[in-house]
Amino acid sequence: MSFPLLTAILLAPVIGIILILFIPEREQLTIKITAAVATFISLVLSIYVYVAYDQAAGGLQFLEDRSWIPALGVNYSVGVDGISLPMVLLTALVIFTGVFASWDMTHRVKEFFLFLLMLVTGVFGVFISRDLFFFYLFFEVAVIPMYLLIGIWGSTRKEYAAMKLTLYLLVGSAFALIGIIALYLYAARQLGYLTFDIQTLATVQYDIAFQKFVFFLFLIGFGVLVPIWPLHLWSPDGHVAAPTAVSMLHAGVLMKLGAYGLIRVGVFFLPEGAKFWAPLIAVLCIVNVVYGAMIAMVQRDLKFVIGYSSVSHMGYVLLGIAALNTLSLSGAVTQMFAHGIMTALFFALVGNIYHKAHTREIARFGGLAHQMPRVAAGFLIGGLASLGLPGLHNFVAEFLIFLGAFTREQGLFGGLLTYRTLAILAILGIVITATYVLRVVQRTFFGPRKEAWDHLEDARGVEMVPIVVLCATLILFGLFPSLMGDLIYSGVAPLVAKIEAAGTVGGIF
Amino acid sequence: MIRYAWLVPLFPALAFPVIAFITRRLRTLSALVGIGAIAASFVLSLGILWETLTSGVTMEKPVEYALSWLALPGAKDWVLKIEAGVLVDPLSAVMLLVVTLVALLVEIYSVGYMHGDPGFSVFFGYLSLFSASMLGLVLANNFFMMFFFWELVGLCSYLLIGFYFHKPEAARASLKAFVVNRVADFGFMLGFFYLFLMFKTFNFRELAEALPHAPHMGLLAVAATLIFAGPIGKSAQFPLHVWLPDAMEGPTPVSALIHAATMVAAGVYLLARAFVLFASIPEVSLLVAYVGGFTALFAATIALTQRDIKRILAYSTMSQLGYMIMAMGVGSMTAGMFHLTTHAIFKALLFLGAGSVIHALHEQDIFRMGGLAKDMKVTTATFVLGALALAGIPPLAGFWSKDEILLAAYSNGYTGLYILGTVVAFLTSFYMFRLIFVAFFGRRRAGLHGHESPKCMTVPLIILATLTVVAGFIGAPFVPHGFSSWVYFGEPHHLEPNYFVMVTSTLVAILGIYLAWLIYGKEVISAEALAQRWRSIHTVLYNKYYIDEAYLWFFRRVVLGLAEAFHWHDRHVVDGIFDGVGDTVRWSGYRLRYLHSGSLPVYALVFFAAVVVFVLWVATPVIGGIR
Repeated sequence: MSFPLLTAILLAPVIGIILILFIPEREQLTIKITAAVATFISLVLSIYVYVAYDQAAGGLQFLEDRSWIPALGVNYSVGVDGISLPMVLLTALVIFTGVFASWDMTHRVKEFFLFLLMLVTGVFGVFISRDLFFFYLFFEVAVIPMYLLIGIWGSTRKEYAAMKLTLYLLVGSAFALIGIIALYLYAARQLGYLTFDIQTLATVQYDIAFQKFVFFLFLIGFGVLVPIWPLHLWSPDGHVAAPTAVSMLHAGVLMKLGAYGLIRVGVFFLPEGAKFWAPLIAVLCIVNVVYGAMIAMVQRDLKFVIGYSSVSHMGYVLLGIAALNTLSLSGAVTQMFAHGIMTALFFALVGNIYHKAHTREIARFGGLAHQMPRVAAGFLIGGLASLGLPGLHNFVAEFLIFLGAFTREQGLFGGLLTYRTLAILAILGIVITATYVLRVVQRTFFGPRKEAWDHLEDARGVEMVPIVVLCATLILFGLFPSLMGDLIYSGVAPLVAKIEAAGTVGGIF
Repeated sequence: MIRYAWLVPLFPALAFPVIAFITRRLRTLSALVGIGAIAASFVLSLGILWETLTSGVTMEKPVEYALSWLALPGAKDWVLKIEAGVLVDPLSAVMLLVVTLVALLVEIYSVGYMHGDPGFSVFFGYLSLFSASMLGLVLANNFFMMFFFWELVGLCSYLLIGFYFHKPEAARASLKAFVVNRVADFGFMLGFFYLFLMFKTFNFRELAEALPHAPHMGLLAVAATLIFAGPIGKSAQFPLHVWLPDAMEGPTPVSALIHAATMVAAGVYLLARAFVLFASIPEVSLLVAYVGGFTALFAATIALTQRDIKRILAYSTMSQLGYMIMAMGVGSMTAGMFHLTTHAIFKALLFLGAGSVIHALHEQDIFRMGGLAKDMKVTTATFVLGALALAGIPPLAGFWSKDEILLAAYSNGYTGLYILGTVVAFLTSFYMFRLIFVAFFGRRRAGLHGHESPKCMTVPLIILATLTVVAGFIGAPFVPHGFSSWVYFGEPHHLEPNYFVMVTSTLVAILGIYLAWLIYGKEVISAEALAQRWRSIHTVLYNKYYIDEAYLWFFRRVVLGLAEAFHWHDRHVVDGIFDGVGDTVRWSGYRLRYLHSGSLPVYALVFFAAVVVFVLWVATPVIGGIR
């Protein structure tokens, strides 16, 4: 058997955790370097896997399989395909840059990096698992450290936000757990043996009533994490309270766990269920897009703006899922990646400003481009990505989602509303996004120099790592989208084949 | 040469990162890199135009090649194929030359104008990025690429309007420009989505071939109307024109290049590129013609009362763009593109001349200038030449191209638009010479003295002035094999010179100049008295028909009001419900904990009661009680 690359990606942060346990608290720099090295190893291996993945062959690759609890059919089995591989790369990029964004951390450094690495282990685990048991296990591993990270190192109403976030996510995961157990038992009856293997479970024919019920459980369970309106409120509060690196991971990666779960477990296992519930998702996601963007327009705190913008942008991912065709699903996965990078960039920059200025109130800023030209440039690039400017990766994603939804010929509410109408409303979202993003840029960075902020230093040294790496990623994939588009298509194609093979199901509306 | 057309945008595209990352601290080198790149593009464009005109490349037989940018199977029967492609025909070849020529001269001029500015290098970087995007837009062979670069020129416009970002007005103007254009692009994007829906391609030529087989004419009309939203935004047509006057907050070379000669003309270029679409739906063409004609008049009336030299020119640009759009609407792509070409030259000249004045005086209000002709001979001479061209005095470039438009309207039966166009010609010559008599001649109103600008600024002025004199002849009606046999739609149609149209338009132009001279030159008619007499009209015009105020009201009250309402709803209704659930759980826990009082007798009592209930329940069937 060849070198277990995926396990190595998963274990690099675990080894980092073990090493940090033996480093005394006062050796802060050593701790940080250890964390950086551990995540760097994950990043390099992820890039290697990304490049080495055979797109022509498609399907799951880099497989590893070990029996774990044979009596229950639990195996440690991992592998990546065209949907999970971009997510693995995203996670690796965000955590690597996140470590550098936390370089100024001085409070209980050791525990901070321990929990951070634990969190990221869980996220990697979710994306590479081919076994539902491990999928769920890692899912929970990712949620719990978040509570501590926000509760201890957070700001603005941190206890409230941490509790709120954890309760929302745990209630959600309880729904998902019921769904997973239901699938497992149903499949065991059909197959005659117990298994958690995702590929095997996907071959089972679930009857329609069962699909409708279980997909609903997943819609709530994973939808909370996306977050789908009206279950979204944990996210702006959580973003605002969380420390920089946690916000980056949280908005950059954790939200994608929800969308990933919805695609991988929801749509893949239960295509008829997905067809039944798609109209509901489609309507709610427009609320996400328009309502989220409108609210972002009147926020006074930089982090709240970005928090609500995430609610709005994740609405596009949901629209991509709801439209259930190749373009829209490819767009959804692309958006998951691109939004993850973009929002991580935003939080890194806002963290940078907050760390030095000790405030995030937009009205108190103005003219910051005089003191912090690099931060301003990074923020502008993030903003342009956010409003879907061509040349940056988010544009490709949004374009595919819009076109996918636009070309879907299906009516909702007896033809009163079509996917096309919803796509038009979603495209309207980019006008609102342009307004609030550029307003924030204008009010924060442009205008006359304010001497009160002359003590702020521009980003330099390690602080530049997140800005440069994340901006470069957005531009690279924005200019050459087929570097990722073809890969994502290879992952989406089997999914769409399954959706098309499934029977026609009338939507809920 | 045509094979290397893709290099034309690539040179400035490479100059941008070089300036941004390598030469930023070396100012002279940055300027050299920028100018060198655009000069290379200019030379290549010259070669391309030459080859296009000599090697039999025509509007029907263009040269097209492409790379795949992104390809995804959409469904069983179609593939989403997005290409990065190049389409060279006389239309794009002419446009390439216009853009590279103006960009080159503007960059040379900027060496003098921006001298000593702390953002000198960055300025050249942005100009290079803009040139690259604009040239990419010109060469695009499909709607997707066009949109791609369309947005990028919008970005450059945003960056350059806000170049003096420390000025709050500049920061606001850049935001306004971007958002207004976004509204327009929303329509543009939807428009080509509808086309894609019907024909499953973005490619211009494939669309043109498929167009006669359109499944649904109504849908096609919707698509064309929505696409027209793009030009309304980018070419500052009513009602999305509000951003262009404010865009004058940018440095003057930017106003010349982006907001007069090239980017704002992109809307007209788009109409020319997709001409077959508009030509096939007469109703939409009519809309195009009237929007253009209305804007031409509307903007000209505002220009009558403005005081800021750049804003007068900005409204004049809007008005002239209206002419071009009107030409497209009345069915003469040749006339529209011809006017675009000549206008690019003389409007760039006028803006650069205005820049030369601003550079000398640091003043933009024409009523604080005066007598500049004595201090700035080259600037004055070239500016007057440009104004004469804009006013449409023969034999300057503007005369031939404007006449072509009026003639097209006249001979295609749009008499109303023809009269409107003639009125606008009168207004144009009046407001331009109002500017000239006030600023360049007469007394020094505020005692400001100018000085002639350095060579690198006056030489571009002289070159542009020369072109203003000669450029018109490429399309003059008596020249065989001229502009109309290069750029046309359908068949090259050479309009016969119509002396009635020519003489009328020349007469109204001279009348305009004469009236301006009476009021502002000789001052026999008092401008103040006129303004007093028609005070309400003057106020409305001076305040630009209060359209900005209306939009601002809409944004502040409606949009932000709605946003505040959503925010309140989110925090109080949605969050209220979910927090309410949490609070209920906590409250019941708080109440229920009294059951665990720790008192043994109570526990014993409950225990005993439970046993009794249980025994009764189990024993019920035995006893034969309730059935």
